[in-house]
Amino acid sequence: MIDVGTRPNVIAKNVHKHFGHVEVLKGIDFTVNRGDVVCLLGPSGSGKSTLLRCINHLETITEGSIEVGGEFVGYQRQGTSLSELHPRRVAKQRANIGMVFQQFNLFPHLTVMENLTIAPTMVRDMSAKESVESGNALLERMGLSTKAQEYPGQLSGGQQQRVAIARALMMKPTLMLFDEPTSALDPELVGEVLTAMKELALEGMTMIVVTHEIQFAREVADTVIFMDDGVIVERGEPKSVLGNPKEVRTQAFLSRVRVQMEKEQQSE
Amino acid sequence: MPLRHPWRLSAAGILIVALGGTIWSIAKNPNVEWSIVAHYFFSDLVVNGVLVTLYLTFIAMAIGIVGAVAIAVMRLSENPVLSSIAKFYIWFFRGTPVLIQIIFWGYIGALYPQVKLGIPFTHVTFWSTGSSAIITPMLAAILSLGLNEIAYSGEIIRGGISGVAKGQVEAAHSLGLTPTQTTRKIVLPQAMRIVVPPMGNEVLTMLKETALVSVIAGRDLMTAVQQIYSQNYQVIPLLVVAGIWYLILTSLLSYPQRLLERRYGRSRVSAMGSSGSRRLLLGFTGSKKAALSHD
Repeated sequence: MIDVGTRPNVIAKNVHKHFGHVEVLKGIDFTVNRGDVVCLLGPSGSGKSTLLRCINHLETITEGSIEVGGEFVGYQRQGTSLSELHPRRVAKQRANIGMVFQQFNLFPHLTVMENLTIAPTMVRDMSAKESVESGNALLERMGLSTKAQEYPGQLSGGQQQRVAIARALMMKPTLMLFDEPTSALDPELVGEVLTAMKELALEGMTMIVVTHEIQFAREVADTVIFMDDGVIVERGEPKSVLGNPKEVRTQAFLSRVRVQMEKEQQSE
Repeated sequence: MPLRHPWRLSAAGILIVALGGTIWSIAKNPNVEWSIVAHYFFSDLVVNGVLVTLYLTFIAMAIGIVGAVAIAVMRLSENPVLSSIAKFYIWFFRGTPVLIQIIFWGYIGALYPQVKLGIPFTHVTFWSTGSSAIITPMLAAILSLGLNEIAYSGEIIRGGISGVAKGQVEAAHSLGLTPTQTTRKIVLPQAMRIVVPPMGNEVLTMLKETALVSVIAGRDLMTAVQQIYSQNYQVIPLLVVAGIWYLILTSLLSYPQRLLERRYGRSRVSAMGSSGSRRLLLGFTGSKKAALSHD
């Protein structure tokens, strides 16, 4: 085991990503310390989701490197360059990185409990009994103890997303990635998911969250990173980036979000 | 007072009369000669034909499904050679009538009179025999139906695999499942739900398609009745015998299909829409309807 306590948990260096001729990430550098919560903000198309997906190698990167817990994700160093790892090795690395998706992506053909236990039993060789026990414990924590035998389609969006968080936590990850976890939810269901995430942050989980929830970023984030057009425009503590942004693009984005929020409040 | 549908009622009435008349005219038609139908229905030749038809259906479908998984995986492969070969295979076998393929395999001896085992491009031969000794009509029937089925089932299975949302694979990968585990536990079970209904149709189509092998004397049900009526000229009664048998077999085979559909349809609800808002919307329209019907 690598001692992640002595160094930052995530180190991204000069990350570039091309889709064909389009460059969506144009040299991203950042570090995330252990136990920190980083919120990635920015307009859609700014590359923040792509960056998140590069961290657990759901997307390959064209240039640069990303380290999690001291290992390059999806690559290994060969001389001066990095070569892509075999899918089975990548799978081992991903097991330590939890991910929560905008569309939940629960497995519809499995019950809630089976959704939770499939990865620990298959990847970690955990016994069925042990995995059901920890599954029950996590469901209880998420306030979903009665839902274990139901299928995802029978749950509300907010419940599904909390199951998805529990499913990721079953693997005891050292890092959690959230890709717009509340964007697909009805407004009245957003709160329950954000509360679960807040509790996770308080327990000291390292988290990178792509979100449009400014209020959440303000309350929970240690660092806010504002991205636009494939680059990091501004970063820092939430009270400076969100309260007193220096860059014009950040100011424009935040005022757009504010107008949007007021509109929503008026229409309600 | 519920709304009356006078046209619906009269149309149903006309159809019942027409149908009843047709059945009556067939049942009472002396040319059908039901006594001959009864006489041949359980005759050895016919019963043996039924068994051969069932056997052909199962073997050809087994070849078809196993091959289809391979063709579908090849077709979806990122390797351009594999996917092109699969595309060509499907194009070729779906593009020619199965009747031609059956006759072709039946007369393969005209194309390759000898089957040899040896070193290619040399005269070294370890063993050789006439093609017709190996490719019996039965084997020709199995090969032609099976190879043809691979192309059709392959497209069905490909549709099933690509019908599984991309997010499912990503979620499995993010949990640390390997590509093989993801395919086995996440993709294939969900693809099954899409694949089972059209596959059931394929089985029924195959059962009836086996009748075509009568052109190469495949000893199936159709061959059997043809053999009988070519001797006694009772064409209609024997076609009725075959028709009833095919109806019985197709009815029996649709039962396991229903079971499979139920087995893999367990979580249908979620397949239709995973977002809470959509379900909420359905709930609203439902209650509106309920409210309206009270008026």
